[in-house]
Amino acid sequence: MTKGRTLKRIAIWIWLGSVCAVSAHAADSQKLRIISWADYVPAEVVAAFKKETGITVELTLSNNEEMISKLRATHGAGYDLAQPSQDRITGPQRDFGIYKPIDLSKVKLGQFQLGLLDIVRRNTTLNGQQYALPYLWGTDGLVVNTKRAKAADYLDLCKPDLAGKTSIRLRRPTLMAFAFAMGKDPFALYSDTKAYSALMDQVGAKLIACKPNFKFFYDNKDQLLNGIRSGEVLAAMMWDTGGWTLNRENPDIQFIVPKSGALGWLDTYALPARGRNDAGAYAWINYTMRPEIAAKITKSVGSFSAAQNTGPLLDPKLKAQFAAAFPDSVVKAIHWYPSIPPGLEEIEGKVLDRVKAAN
Amino acid sequence: MSTPDLVADAVVKRFADHVAVDALSFSVERGSFFSILGPSGCGKTTLLRMIAGFIAPDGGDIAIGGQSMRNVAPNRRPVNMVFQQLALFPMMSVGENVEFGLARRGVGRADRKRKSQEMLERVGLSGAAHKRVDELSGGQRQRVAIARSLVLEPTLLLLDEPLGALDLKLREHMKIELKQLQAAFGTTFVYITHDQSEALVLSDHVGVMNHGRFEQLGTPQELYYRPQTPFVAGFVGANNRIVGKVDSINGEIVALSTASGWSIRARRHGSPAAGAAVEAFVRPEACILGRSVAELPQEFPVQAGAVQSLLFDGANSSVLLLEERTRHEFRIALPQTGQFSDLKPGEKIVFSFDPERAACFPARAGADGRSA
Amino acid sequence: MQTRWHARLMLALLLAPALLWLGALIILPHLDLALLSLRQRTGPQQYVSSLAQYRTFFHEPLYWHVFVRTAVMSVVSTLFTLLVAFPIAWIIAKILQGRASSLLFIVCLVPFWVSETVRTLGWMILLRESGVLPALLVKLGLTAVPVEFLYRDATIMLGLVYTSMLFMLVPLVSSLESLDNSLIEAAYDLGASGASILRTIVIPHAAPGITAGCIIVFMLTLGNYLTPTLLGGKNSEWFTEQIYTQFITRFNWEQGAAFGFLLLGLSTAMVMIGLRLAGQRFGDVMRRT
Repeated sequence: MTKGRTLKRIAIWIWLGSVCAVSAHAADSQKLRIISWADYVPAEVVAAFKKETGITVELTLSNNEEMISKLRATHGAGYDLAQPSQDRITGPQRDFGIYKPIDLSKVKLGQFQLGLLDIVRRNTTLNGQQYALPYLWGTDGLVVNTKRAKAADYLDLCKPDLAGKTSIRLRRPTLMAFAFAMGKDPFALYSDTKAYSALMDQVGAKLIACKPNFKFFYDNKDQLLNGIRSGEVLAAMMWDTGGWTLNRENPDIQFIVPKSGALGWLDTYALPARGRNDAGAYAWINYTMRPEIAAKITKSVGSFSAAQNTGPLLDPKLKAQFAAAFPDSVVKAIHWYPSIPPGLEEIEGKVLDRVKAAN
Repeated sequence: MSTPDLVADAVVKRFADHVAVDALSFSVERGSFFSILGPSGCGKTTLLRMIAGFIAPDGGDIAIGGQSMRNVAPNRRPVNMVFQQLALFPMMSVGENVEFGLARRGVGRADRKRKSQEMLERVGLSGAAHKRVDELSGGQRQRVAIARSLVLEPTLLLLDEPLGALDLKLREHMKIELKQLQAAFGTTFVYITHDQSEALVLSDHVGVMNHGRFEQLGTPQELYYRPQTPFVAGFVGANNRIVGKVDSINGEIVALSTASGWSIRARRHGSPAAGAAVEAFVRPEACILGRSVAELPQEFPVQAGAVQSLLFDGANSSVLLLEERTRHEFRIALPQTGQFSDLKPGEKIVFSFDPERAACFPARAGADGRSA
Repeated sequence: MQTRWHARLMLALLLAPALLWLGALIILPHLDLALLSLRQRTGPQQYVSSLAQYRTFFHEPLYWHVFVRTAVMSVVSTLFTLLVAFPIAWIIAKILQGRASSLLFIVCLVPFWVSETVRTLGWMILLRESGVLPALLVKLGLTAVPVEFLYRDATIMLGLVYTSMLFMLVPLVSSLESLDNSLIEAAYDLGASGASILRTIVIPHAAPGITAGCIIVFMLTLGNYLTPTLLGGKNSEWFTEQIYTQFITRFNWEQGAAFGFLLLGLSTAMVMIGLRLAGQRFGDVMRRT
């Protein structure tokens, strides 16, 4: 008796559902969902991109760990483009399969700086497939209020006269930095888990001994910037352009390349495994690697683009700051992060926990 | 003669805009049952709370057992109170309720138990010690509340309308029980109520309170038969109220007539001049009813009326009638014999009363025609 | 027949949203987490079931330390909250009348109109070395140089008490409001002092409210992440932070899930002990709130 009506109803629902699906699909190609770091996707570039392609960029701010965790939770869905650091790609990919390989035929590789492209290719290739392309790079070093404090290397953050006046991030780059400052090369021990673990224990002990010197472990850029601006923090481990930004406000604050060498970080473009708009992502990659757009991004973010030929377009002040901090010999000595072999992060994690819990 | 258990000397309590207790002085004899009777808002609760110590008087002094209670906190006064809602502690058993005050005095556990058992026995609740308060009936709770106070052997027991929350039947029963308890313990009771019947039944002495003052203080009989003010006459017991002007005065007897022209006689209080506004009160049971003039005593003026309605209430039955000419409402108690219980509305009837038993007072300022 | 079938269907339909919610958002995730906590990674995308995650917890004194510390500090901060909230609840419920009482209640409520983050950041602005309070102390000549108030246990405690205040206040006020004033007067009249009235009348009457408030505050405090992390900074060491770290920065969901279950066990145990101590039943207490 009601069978006919029920069928009709089901048909209507299916029809409605398919309409929604189609329209959702149509919307997808006009929408690019990026998960990235703060400042990495400047609003003016997003606006210009939309004007040219009609694609709207939806941005989620994050950091390496959260990016990986979110993608892991959704098995690589929810975003069309992610921007993790190049050393954090193969590990999570091997464990969680959260990315899809880059189709190099869709990328204008000529727009990239070859050296950086090479580092990324080396570090993000898994089972013969490349999972990332370089986007922005910079170095970690020391930011020091030179009028009130002196520091030439990371270990100087532990000097008694700076007690309670320094800051670091309680993350793995800090472990690497302190290891180099202690005269060791942690990257050389990547393949020797035992030796690496011993080294990390030493670094951990050093940080624990140093803990009273740290005002706080900063978690975000603003927290550190505020600390330095207010004078609560006189010296910190920080990235170069952050230091230069502060330098423009207060000439006493300077970015210093540590004696043990700067640590070079390199953030990338990577495609989440279940992203829905790969075409949009490739369009965005090619667009943001155009020299004039890359220069705009560099100016806005303050970090250096992996694009070629941006030199003439860059802000002279930034160029001068870079030249002053990084003469050729120093650039050669930058330690680039190699890809992290499995198991190491667990070792580092325990060390970091111990530092956190120490009194 | 021993010192009175309670002496109030010119006690005053003012609240923001009015005087709740107005220079009140009285004393209560040891072992007596004293009631304060008045309408709500007359200041009787304020007075009781001052005696208990919950509020301090603005002036005057209260002495209990011969001791001034100035600056003595409620927990240090030889006074206990039975609250209107009884205020039994629901988190404790009946026994613990009774033991509460003893425990606060530091009486040992065994003594406490024994005394509370004895007290519960005396109020007829032996064996209820382990019950929860909410397992008791209304009357039993009442007894626990009293036991809880009396176990402390106070000089004075204050009772704040404790029967107010009970239903009529139980209230009548508890009246008797209270009276018996008071007689058995011999403790001085100070009882406040707005129910004149409770006050009359229970008390040795009653203070009728109005606007923060005692209108009259006396035995129940005095209040009933010899009210000193129109307020007392109207408040204590039922009364017919007749408002009028003095026509003539003959010794103790005043002849007055209402605006509508009905004339009656009543005994005078004070000395009103001819033409002065007065109000007279005639008790329903002071009247004699008859179907014909011949049935009435000859010495009193005869009035005539028509039955409006018969108010049957067993022994308290009365008839409401309208005076023949002025149609003034008047109530007369029916004889206990059952005579006149067959009266019909509209029936013509005659009645008379002894002017000596009717009271005539100078009219109160602002008094209206409303019968009390 | 027809109507009974109908009634049953209606009941099922009415219950469906609640059951779905319970099942999809509470029971299923917990089951998933339970399974997660019982496995161990042996290689890329290879897992075996094992108790290793729980073993790690018991073998690593670090995690133990943070666990116990979190529990102890939560208990202490719950007690502090009770001590602070009780007099305020008393004033609201018993001393102030009408508008003044509602006003004080609202004053206590207002801070909760903004998010916990904002409230906590407010404290940070007040207490940081270059903040308001240290500057004030220097100005008053009480300290020579600005003192850093942040990153101390006492500061964490302060933040936790402040954050939990309302959740203690509401059940306390409602249970004290239901206390008949004449009970207090009767006790006073029967010779009790203020302290013994509190002990024999007020606390027994308010016990369900006190227990409810304590349970809610304890659970909120134990599960709080923001306040200990922000105010405690480098010395926060809160167990929820440990869980977050395992999940988010270590990608060790297995360990995080195990920690989560240990925390769930801890809060269940503490609530049970609390109820036992207060002689209350969970259902009664929760109905009170």
